[in-house]
Amino acid sequence: MTDSWRQPRRLLLVALGALTVFFLMAPTLVVVPMSFTASNALTFPPEGLSTRWYEKMVTDPQWSTGFLNSAKVAFLTAILATVLGTLAALGTVRGRFPGRGAVNGLILSPLIVPVIIIAIGMFSVFVRWKITGSIVGLVLAHTALAVPFVVVNVATSLRSMDRNLEQAAQSLGAGPVRTFRRITLPLILPGVLAGGLFAFITSWDEVVVSIFLTSARFRTLPVEMWEQVRQVVDPTVAAVSTTLLAVTTTLLLLAFVVRRQAPAR
Amino acid sequence: MLLDRSRTGRSGRRDRDDPIVNRWALLAVPPIAFLVAFFLIPLIVVSLRSVTDFPRPAGDALANYGRFFDSAANVRVLGNTFWVAALSTVVCLALGYPYAYLMNIVRPRLAGLLLIAVLLPFWSSLLVRTYAWQVILRDTGIINTFLLDMRLIDEPIPLIRTTLGVMLGMSQILLPFMVLPIYAVMRRIDPEYTRAAANLGAPPFAAFRRVFLPLSLPGVLAGSLLVFVLALGFYITPALLGSPKDTMISQFIASAVQQRLDWGIGSTMAVILMGLTLTVLFVASRFIRLRDVFGSFEES
Repeated sequence: MTDSWRQPRRLLLVALGALTVFFLMAPTLVVVPMSFTASNALTFPPEGLSTRWYEKMVTDPQWSTGFLNSAKVAFLTAILATVLGTLAALGTVRGRFPGRGAVNGLILSPLIVPVIIIAIGMFSVFVRWKITGSIVGLVLAHTALAVPFVVVNVATSLRSMDRNLEQAAQSLGAGPVRTFRRITLPLILPGVLAGGLFAFITSWDEVVVSIFLTSARFRTLPVEMWEQVRQVVDPTVAAVSTTLLAVTTTLLLLAFVVRRQAPAR
Repeated sequence: MLLDRSRTGRSGRRDRDDPIVNRWALLAVPPIAFLVAFFLIPLIVVSLRSVTDFPRPAGDALANYGRFFDSAANVRVLGNTFWVAALSTVVCLALGYPYAYLMNIVRPRLAGLLLIAVLLPFWSSLLVRTYAWQVILRDTGIINTFLLDMRLIDEPIPLIRTTLGVMLGMSQILLPFMVLPIYAVMRRIDPEYTRAAANLGAPPFAAFRRVFLPLSLPGVLAGSLLVFVLALGFYITPALLGSPKDTMISQFIASAVQQRLDWGIGSTMAVILMGLTLTVLFVASRFIRLRDVFGSFEES
């Protein structure tokens, strides 16, 4: 059993892995330095350094209201999806009822149904309910898309927690509500918070459903970007992209840290 | 009431802790109602529109389907969607399997870094990533500018608005969906098996091919299925990186509904896309447990 002939094969594997990491990360990260260009054209490497495109993003009402709209929608979505998702996780993990498999399928199906179908479906229904072009319609739509991520996170926490702790609390005289509030909730909180962050990210980055449910007067940042990307070559889009990436990455790392706080499995 | 009945009505086999319906189940009611109202009903409405919305009065409920399949161009869109989805799956498998294998054999700390390298892009905006590809591939993009400056080419080579461009963008975005299920399965393979094969005299590659590879196949199937199904529904990436020749089903649906205002044909195509997705999932469910496909995301 000599390892020597194996070495080149392992080297090849490592090289391929490094190349894959490059393929996954580098193409996206390229917009970051380009967004700081001083020139009117998008070039790599950027010509000169300036924050003028960020200034334009903040001062141009189209971009700045888009930014605010996105933040509002994502925040409300995160709250609604976290509540509904946590209930769904408790109901399906702890609950016993006929048709549980079908319910699990329904909860996860927003992940697998092609988003364009969801978009035109929601559009045709929401138009009749007169909630297109409004924050309400978009929050409801994004919540449906975000719930599965909360359920998955909370369900994982629920399955890994020690139920003896709940029984101990109850045998010491705590009622069901108090047991939930003082024992269960703190134990699954990392999963709940991580789920909420994922829900925020889902809404923050969502484009396709938003294209159909927003209007010229109410647009989110990704929709504004979608409109611009197809017409003009303006480095502001690179600045917006960098902003979207920065927010997502920060929240994602936060979600990983939060989940690490989970009690020992 | 419901709870009481389920308790008294329990069969002799069930004990008090295992009723047919327990109290926890009630918590699932609000989220289910929400998803039915704002997710399921929209899907049902779309399906109905394919047999009720006609540009001019039609006697036949399936007139839209006839209209759709009568046009060779429409059928070509279907064929192209399948082709692009299959190609993306192959590219993702070729890159994803070795990557998952590498994650499985390196030290845990490095495996964690490799996992983050997959998860960061997995969660970052699809639109931003597609835009970045646009910036790289277009005629005045990074690659063409570089090659022109080096005088290696005289005029920009076509990279954007080609199938190659779509493939690059789509496989980069879909790669995590291949890596995660494969890695989840590989992690469960007992290293003793390959060690035993080696002890019995199998050269390392034979041990891999005869023992490890077959054991990892459920992951390969799950990942390929997921990538293929998701690729079928891609919209943003082919719209920004592809040519009209590369039109995929989702783009067809969007333009039917937004530009031609032809909801009949748009919803017909949506039903066909939905049917394809469900068929692929159904066929696959006979070979693999769909739980494994989605389960891998719970661990990641």
